[in-house]
Order: sequence, then C-alpha cells, then structure tokens
Amino acid sequence: MTSPLQQKIKITGPSVVTANRTWDGIVIWRTAAQGWSAELSDAAVVRTADDARALLAESVADDVGAIGAYIAPVDVRDTGTVKPGNLREHIRSAGVTIDLPVPA
Amino acid sequence: MYAYDELDRTLINERVSEFRDQVKRRLSGELTEDEFKMLRLQNGVYLQLHAYMFRVAIPYGTLSSEQLRRLAHVARKYDRGYGHFTTRQNIQFNWIKLAELPDALADLADVGIHAMQTSGNNTRNVTSDQWAGVAPGEIEDPRIWSELLRQYTTLHPEFSFLPRKFKFAITASEHDRAAIKVHDIGLRLYKNAAGETGFEVLVGGGLGRTPFIGKTIKQFVHGHDLLSYVEAILRVYNQYGRRDNIYKARIKILVHELGIEKFAREVEEEWLQMRDSALAIDDAVIEDIRSRFTYPAYEQLPHMPDELKKAAHDPHFEAWRKNSTFPHKVPGYAIVVLSLKPVGGPPGDATADQMDAIADLADRYSFGEIRVGHEQNLALPHVARRDLPALWKALDKIGVATPNVNLVSDIIACPGLDYCSLANARSIPIAQELTRRFANHDTANLIGRLHVNISGCINACGHHHVGHIGILGVEKNGEEFYQITVGGRADEKAEVGTLIGPAVPYGEVANVVEDIVEAYLALRARPDELFIDAVKRLGVEPFRERVYATR
Repeated sequence: MTSPLQQKIKITGPSVVTANRTWDGIVIWRTAAQGWSAELSDAAVVRTADDARALLAESVADDVGAIGAYIAPVDVRDTGTVKPGNLREHIRSAGVTIDLPVPA
Repeated sequence: MYAYDELDRTLINERVSEFRDQVKRRLSGELTEDEFKMLRLQNGVYLQLHAYMFRVAIPYGTLSSEQLRRLAHVARKYDRGYGHFTTRQNIQFNWIKLAELPDALADLADVGIHAMQTSGNNTRNVTSDQWAGVAPGEIEDPRIWSELLRQYTTLHPEFSFLPRKFKFAITASEHDRAAIKVHDIGLRLYKNAAGETGFEVLVGGGLGRTPFIGKTIKQFVHGHDLLSYVEAILRVYNQYGRRDNIYKARIKILVHELGIEKFAREVEEEWLQMRDSALAIDDAVIEDIRSRFTYPAYEQLPHMPDELKKAAHDPHFEAWRKNSTFPHKVPGYAIVVLSLKPVGGPPGDATADQMDAIADLADRYSFGEIRVGHEQNLALPHVARRDLPALWKALDKIGVATPNVNLVSDIIACPGLDYCSLANARSIPIAQELTRRFANHDTANLIGRLHVNISGCINACGHHHVGHIGILGVEKNGEEFYQITVGGRADEKAEVGTLIGPAVPYGEVANVVEDIVEAYLALRARPDELFIDAVKRLGVEPFRERVYATR
C-alpha cells in the first residue's frame, strides 16, 4: 500500500489531519501543538497543499500514538467554528447516525 | 455441538499469548503499524471509522449456550453492550480497544472461541447450513466436513498468504441455505446415481465489485479425496492468482480469465500428483470428527401436542409459528428462527442482554445449542413443538420474535458508512426505514418471500448482488445514492441481479422499493407466485418502468 506521504496531496479548501488513536482506536485530530485531540475544534486547520503535507508528515511520524492518519476536508464557518467537510467525516466526528442498540 | 480436543485448545491459547505479546510490542512502539497490521488482521482486528472492529469466528454457525454467554460478556465488558452477526457466521464488535483485545480473546478462548483467519488473505471461517444436522432430507451433517476443512485450513502454512481471501461454504441439503454458489469454493454433499455420498465442487463464485456465480469444476468428489482436491484448487490459485492488483486477485477472476475448462485441467493435473498422498482421508479420521459432535437425546413426541392446539387460538402466536418455525428431521421437534430484524432496528444486531437470554432459552428448550445463519438471524435447532408457545412468549419479551423471517423486512445489511471505513453510503438507516414501511405483518405476508439485501459499497458485504431486491450505496458528488437491482438470489438457483436504472438519492430508496413491490403485486400471475419468480418471468422492464416513469 502506498504511504500517505507518497500520495499526491491536493486540497480544495480548509483541511485537517485526522487518525485513530492507537491504543483504543478513537477518532483524533492533529493539533497545532503537535499533539492529538479527540475534539475537532482543537484541530490545526491548513489551507495549502504544502502545509497539509507538513502536517501529515508530522502526524504519520507519530506511529505509536496514532494510526491511519490522512487529510480530511473541513468547513470553517464565519464564526471560526470548524465542521466536518463531508458525510464520512461528519459520522467520524459526531458518531453513528442511528440509535445504538444499547444507549451509551 | 463439537468438542475441541487438546490440540485445538492449546492452539487457541497459544494464539492468545502470541497476540498479547504482539499488542504489547505495538503499544510500546517496538512494532510499527506496518509490521503489526497483518498480525492484527489475522486475528480479526480491523480499523473502522470510530474504533477497532473485532471479528470473531463462529465455525459453521454453531454455538453452545456457554459460548453465546461469553460473547455477551465480551460485548458487555469490552464493547458497548451489543454485537453484530454477519453474513459469514461471524460476530463483530465495533468499539473494542486494542489494549483490551488480548483479554477479550483470552476470555473467548476459555470456551473454545477464536478470531483466527477472520481477516487477511487466507482461508476464512468455513461456513455451512445453519440447519445442519436437523434439516429434514439432509444427506448427512455437513458440519463434519466443515470441521475437517476448519482443521485443515487453520494456520495452513502454504495458504496463509494467498493472493486474496478465500471462503468455503458447504451444504448437504437440496435447498441451499449456505449460499455456496457465491463462495470461492462451494461444496454440495449429495448422493450420486450409484448411491455414493460425495461432493459437487463449485469454484469461483463471489460478490464484490465483480460478481460471479460459482461454476461446477467437478461433479463428484469422494469424501476421502476432498482435502486433496481442494488443496489442488488452492495450489493452482496460489500459483496463478494475481497479486499485482487487489481487484483482480480473487479466484473468481482467475477462473473467469482462464475459463473453467482450463482451470479444471490445471487442478486435475495438480490433483493427480497428490491424490494418494497424506491428504487422502481415511474413514477413521472422519469417524473421529463425527464422534466429537454430540446430538441431543430426542424424546418421542407428538407432532401436535395439546400445548400447540391451545395456543393456536392466539393469532399473534400463530403468525409467529407459521413464519418462524420450520420442520425438523425428528417428529415432535421444530427449528426456530429468531429474527434479529425488529422493526426499526439494525439488521443482525443483538444486545448482550438478548444474547444471555437466548443462551438461557437454548438451555431450557434447545439442548443448549444456537445456530447463526448467513441471513443474520439466529436459530434454536432442537425445540420440542410442545414448548413453542412458552418459547414464543420468552422470545417476544426480548424482542427476537418478529414474525418476518424470509419476508421483505428480513433484510441483510452491512454496517455501511455508519461504521465501515470502506463504505460510501449508509446501509442501516435504509434498512430501518424499509422495516418501518413494511411493518404491517399482513402486508408483508401478502407480499410473501422477498429478500432485500443492502451494501454500503461495492465490496458487497450486504450481498446486494444476490438480493431479490439489491441496494448498493454509491457516492456522487458527496451525496449518498443507491443503485437498485432485481432478480438476484443466493440459493441453489443463484443469480446476480440486474440493475434497473440510474442510482436514486438516499431519501428515495424506500419509495423505490415500495414501487417495485407494488408493481410485483399488480403483475404477479397468482398470489403464490413469488417475487423472484415474477421477475424471472417478466424481466426487469416492468419494474424499471414503474420506478422511473415518474422520476
């Protein structure tokens, strides 16, 4: 499989780097402080392919902390609020769109 | 039930120890994800959208009550209190933590359950008819042969790195409940004209992005030649199967590209060199496996006990009995299917509380045995007919007595975009909406047998190609759309469905299915002409017209 760093990076708008946390698998986002957060609102938002590549490179380098890092689109509202840029990312961020058989 | 021997127990326990060490090394950074990925996959651990997913094998769909209770325990202790039964007699847990997986595996190993080869490019869980051993008219219990194949394929060094995954399914009944024609190797146990028992061997079936119905490669293979013959197939596949393109790596593509005749010749050549090798199985081996299956001590019971006569006055009970209970090979007993398709529920899910309750009911009414079918329902295989009224009340109380088995709301669905990292579109909410639309039992009964299968992407885990109505989720410009097929089926007359037209948006799917069903009701020749037979007779055009005339 091609490494994410070897893939051509093309972004069409504001983006973040997201992954899953290694020990428990939960969804996480790369922060500007070179760490990870379970909140999308903490994510570092990039707007150019070079910045996205750099953010992805440092994310992938943390192989112990995170798994499967990739660049994902986001919408940045006028208020500065960051929202997932597509349905897949919405579901990763907000959870399944159905009621779970056993409420959390 | 099958009783594992010391070798099996040692193997499973050793595997837990190995995986515990691998997880420890992964979490410490000693193993990179690239190094670890194959190891976790070989233990059934995927990464999905929200978390790791853990797939546990239920070989040939047979569970003891003790094992089901342990699955409930894993759901409760390590996951979120439920599990999802799949189309290949596995159960999946969707929220498991990698750090806790070795403990979960150890808890399962205590009762002889494992996750070996539930993923990866190897031979997967061997599946079979969920009514094996109890179906009337069955040639013999196909699980004996399933178990032989399970032992043979488990950690087989030559076939642990195949070009792609490889799936076996076996049936021994005329009516195929194991979907053998859409497996890499399908085996049909039958008696030939000379009265000998053996296998028709099919090869190259499969769904996914390139669906094929399996082709008969050999009309009759004796049981003692079974292993050598399937090994010959696996060897030819291992040698010639493509490793350069994941989409062309399954055996179905090789069989298609070579042609079944040439593929069969290659296999025959390979087979003749090894037919009389150590792989020739003598009767003692089969008898040993047979002796490890225990069967209930059935009583002599009346077909129509007083309890059943009395309960027949309750229309709710009768609706369930007619829909969800099936003839058993022993008079006075029934096979009971437990619908995991409640109205508005996710298909195939069961909570830990339901699993515990079903285990208790299996102990009380089914000699402690439960079966898992590829339609994502459970079954109690040995229920005395006198116990049906009491069992129904108990099943109804825990929500697994919806009388919709084989009806339009008995939907097969993959987890779809709600869980799966491969999916393009959601499956479960579509299934839930359809179960609400067709919640009226009288309407569903009027429609009759109709299988709706839904996949959230072209990988086809929801078997959409072989649904009478198939629904495939695709993504178009960031929106969920769904292609609709009709005329597919997964039984002994297996066929791939035909696309009826352009994909429709998420909000239209249930309307389209209603339109198709209404067209069928208007066009069927007689009330007992099944949907699938009407499509065969009419073709897809009337359904296409009905769906797209106003869209």
